[in-house]
Amino acid sequence: MTVPIHLRHDETFVLNLGPQHPATHGVLRVKLTMDGEYIVKAEPVLGYIHRMHEKMAECGTFAQFMPNTARMDYLHALAFNHGWALVVEKAAGIEVPERAEYIRVITVELNRIASHLLWWAAFLLDLGGFTPLLYAFDDREKIIDLLERVTGSRLTYCYMRFGGVYNDIDEEFITGTRDFIKRLRGRMPRLYHDLVTHNIILIKRIKDIGIISAEQCRRYGATGPVARGSGINYDIRKNEPYSVYPEFDFDVPVFDEGDSMARYMVRMHEMEQSMRIIEQALDKLPDGPVMGKSPKVLKPEAGYYYSAVETARGSLGHRLVCDGGKNPYKLKLRSPTFSNLSLYGEVAEGMLLADALAFMGSLDLVIPEIDR
Amino acid sequence: MSGYWSDIFTGSKSLITGLAITAREFFKPVVTERYPWEVPTMTPLFRGHIELIGNEETGEPNCVVCGMCQRACPSVCISLDGKKNEGGKGKVLTSYVLDFTKCSLCGSCVESCNFNALRFSREYNLASFDKNDFIMDLMKRLEDQNRCKH
Amino acid sequence: METSIWRALFYLVGIMAFAGLNAAYLGWCERKGAARIQRRIGPCEAGYAGLWQPLADGLKLLSKQLLVPQGVDGIIFRVAPVLAMIPAITSMVVIPFSDNIGARAMELSVLLLFALASIGMIAILLGGWASGNKYAIISAARSVSQNLAYEIPMLITVITVVMISGSMNLREIALDQQGGFWHWNIFRLENGHFLTMWISFIIFFICSVAETNRAPFDMAEAESELVAGFMTEYGSMGFGLFMMGEYLNIVVGACLTATLFLGGWDCPFGLTPGVWWFLIKIYILIFTFIWIRWTYPRTQIYRLLNLSWKILIPFSLVNLLITAALIKVF
Repeated sequence: MTVPIHLRHDETFVLNLGPQHPATHGVLRVKLTMDGEYIVKAEPVLGYIHRMHEKMAECGTFAQFMPNTARMDYLHALAFNHGWALVVEKAAGIEVPERAEYIRVITVELNRIASHLLWWAAFLLDLGGFTPLLYAFDDREKIIDLLERVTGSRLTYCYMRFGGVYNDIDEEFITGTRDFIKRLRGRMPRLYHDLVTHNIILIKRIKDIGIISAEQCRRYGATGPVARGSGINYDIRKNEPYSVYPEFDFDVPVFDEGDSMARYMVRMHEMEQSMRIIEQALDKLPDGPVMGKSPKVLKPEAGYYYSAVETARGSLGHRLVCDGGKNPYKLKLRSPTFSNLSLYGEVAEGMLLADALAFMGSLDLVIPEIDR
Repeated sequence: MSGYWSDIFTGSKSLITGLAITAREFFKPVVTERYPWEVPTMTPLFRGHIELIGNEETGEPNCVVCGMCQRACPSVCISLDGKKNEGGKGKVLTSYVLDFTKCSLCGSCVESCNFNALRFSREYNLASFDKNDFIMDLMKRLEDQNRCKH
Repeated sequence: METSIWRALFYLVGIMAFAGLNAAYLGWCERKGAARIQRRIGPCEAGYAGLWQPLADGLKLLSKQLLVPQGVDGIIFRVAPVLAMIPAITSMVVIPFSDNIGARAMELSVLLLFALASIGMIAILLGGWASGNKYAIISAARSVSQNLAYEIPMLITVITVVMISGSMNLREIALDQQGGFWHWNIFRLENGHFLTMWISFIIFFICSVAETNRAPFDMAEAESELVAGFMTEYGSMGFGLFMMGEYLNIVVGACLTATLFLGGWDCPFGLTPGVWWFLIKIYILIFTFIWIRWTYPRTQIYRLLNLSWKILIPFSLVNLLITAALIKVF
């Protein structure tokens, strides 16, 4: 006895792009109401990996929250470390020495390149090209080895402290980074652009797919490459500068079309710009201590503090409420991917299933960051 | 219609370039490492689970049982115990147990120790069927290391 | 033609052995080829260079439980994988491996091969529909429209070859191309066919990639979109049979390409024809299938259909007219 597919009264059926799926990057459930292959309504359902990080912040001291930051967005963990360090330094008034700031920028930008490489690999895997994954991971392995020499971890870094960084970098790291940049610059035109970016199948697959207008970006609060692919020229590193970013000369790539191809090109150009920042930082690296003076038990003054950093996915904000004790009173994290994902429901209407998945891939989602 | 012919020509050219690139990569050497026959060496700063540092001559742990590591740990992994040192000041360590199933390798314990009693080991090859293998007795580990040294 | 029982037995065993070994070891070739393109090693543990890997995979698949979910159409669910294997093995009866090796040289072997290919397509449709899973149905529907669209240019190009050779018998088509690569249908220097036959070859090759559901046209089993497409609900040997059927289809496609365009068992310089040339040619073609799979991303379903209806069919029709004109004139 066969069970036919249950069609609703308007001839649509519900397809569950369930929490376990190869293409949703993490545990994301999307309830799709479909008419044949066209999507009539898309509804992301979140919360499958909610681990209550914000509550954990209230239960421990400021320093004890640092490992949690890396577990939220594991691909750009150092930027999350940096954001938390910045907001607490703002609250407690801790000074960071020059060398530590430069080291922070170098490691954050290296991590950004690693995050974009993994985005590229996973995006192409969604589209069916299995080989670029391995090429990207070859480069990513070099970055992770470099960062492992310095921080001791490969993915979830707990490297920054209030007032500086944990370890100093050595000569081998500096020469290794320069070699890596040379190597990646050599491989990019051939393995990344000739094989993939100019490939007619890929171009046909992502051009004019998932067009997000600048107006939609503003309404949903999308930031990062998603907004820069739609023509909004906003990068926290340039518009609300923090750390030593004002001293570097780099461009912010902005494309106007708003389709998946624009977001793709934004991220590829961002990798190149990150390499420029790292080179300049390595040239200008000053000597000095890597850890500033910070009290053993941190008790900032009561008040509301906010700081934002630019991660690979957008603008990450920390809003910290202190009450004078040694635990934070409340921490709220403004997760960039959450705002980016909220666009999905509106833009995916009327798309074909495969196009909707290509669009999801171009948004660069990391679900643990959304659910925290 | 104007895109028709240009699509076919540029498209075919890009497809052939792609094939040429993968063909070249076919003949290049392998970049992977055949673990476990080729074992990687860990860098000096690699974070394995923590271990006690023993005194150079006596082999006794440097720990004075101040409890800073226990307080600094965000995941409540460390439990240590000490007894009063007869014939001297301070306390002597009797047991130091690390619950590695909860450890997140953040380094707060190592950083908070003022007496140079803790460091990261370089153990990475940890796999077991039994959870109790990861409730680590660090004093026993120190004794085994001392015995191997002599 | 002898009708002794030994000949039938020999061919029966031979074809089953060829089909079985190919189905198993093509998987090994694909994994090793993919690994080398991606600069890693591939299977290397099971036996020297992983040569026992297909055996290990087969044993694993056999030892799993064939899970029949509730709500599937009992008979069709179980029959579909078998139906996917049958046309591929049966097609090998008419393929001429060499002058002396070929089970049956039928007058309409080309027609037989395409009829059997359609049965293979029905197997995918039945497998998808009987699973009762929405993903499987979407993938089966895509696969049917894809196969339909790509059979047309394939048949038109084959008509071109049949017109030149004057017969639908695969053995005669191969015999027509003996004598060196300038006689092969892909080059065909006489009568001015060389102008357009290479286009036929390319069209035929692209169509055979699409007919066998290989990347970049593998919508039916698009791993990242539809989990495993029409194979989602199949475990153990059901999955195994679908995979083997797919590899055998590739072998049959390569054999057909070699026979129609590359001269069958002919040596490129006309020296020593033999079955080894045939085998070399099909394995080069199969390696090209593998090479293409691991280089390109997947196309979209409407781009795929666009490619067929708007590009391949017009080109093949024009080709057909030109070839017919040249035959008439010369």
